[in-house]
Amino acid sequence: MKDAVLIITAVVLTLAAAGAIVRIAVGPSLLDRVLASDVLLGIVGAALAIDMAVNRHLNNLFLLVALTLIGFIGSVTVARFVSDRRGQANDS
Amino acid sequence: MTPEAGGVDAVIDAVTAVFLVLGALMSLTATIGLLRFPDLMSRMHAATKPQVLGLFLLLAAIGLQMRQWWVWPVLVVAWIFQLLTVPVSAHMVGRAGYRTKHLHPELLSVDELEAVVRRSAAEQEGSGTGPASAAGPAEDPELDDVLGLGEAGDGALRGAAGQNLDDRGDGRGDQGEGKG
Repeated sequence: MKDAVLIITAVVLTLAAAGAIVRIAVGPSLLDRVLASDVLLGIVGAALAIDMAVNRHLNNLFLLVALTLIGFIGSVTVARFVSDRRGQANDS
Repeated sequence: MTPEAGGVDAVIDAVTAVFLVLGALMSLTATIGLLRFPDLMSRMHAATKPQVLGLFLLLAAIGLQMRQWWVWPVLVVAWIFQLLTVPVSAHMVGRAGYRTKHLHPELLSVDELEAVVRRSAAEQEGSGTGPASAAGPAEDPELDDVLGLGEAGDGALRGAAGQNLDDRGDGRGDQGEGKG
């Protein structure tokens, strides 16, 4: 069951990461790309958590805590400067 | 006692497997939402699923598998910080998205911010000297001089007030462009 869970979650997370990268690539606006990169960060954290749970180790636990602590700073910064650059071509 | 413990272990393993698969499916759900929803606001709705519920399921799976008491407070801390920081970034992204009009207004059932933006724009149009006159009593004589300059001085003051109240000016600009 352990291998089955690992394979299922690996396939699902790979598809999810591929979709998020597609949204980053084609996203019509900068904010869509920021949102998709947030989702990609969440998928990386999910992969770390699944690895820990399946293999029963805690090597990545504090990396996960740090990720939840400071993961929002990037999107907050980008959103702040997007709202300052109004009127210019940020609809690309 | 041993067979019972083995049964408990099997149940815990099964619950862990279900949590892990569901948590991974949350990420896939968010990606499908990102790819299929039409505008930024609905994509934000979809993107919240792996960040809150998916992380909760995966952290619960870790806690079920590790069976060490000190793990649970760390997991709770991770989840609580995620709950605290996700709304901050969502607020900022949504605010910037509303400002730069990355939304389809016809898809919104309620737009409570529109009335606020329109009211503040009307206030600024109606009394351009309103914010300046609230500057304080100490500067009143100079302020009277500035106000007495006539149309040009009034225009300059209005420009300065507009720069000070950057948020309101931005809201008015958005509203004007939306109507035009």
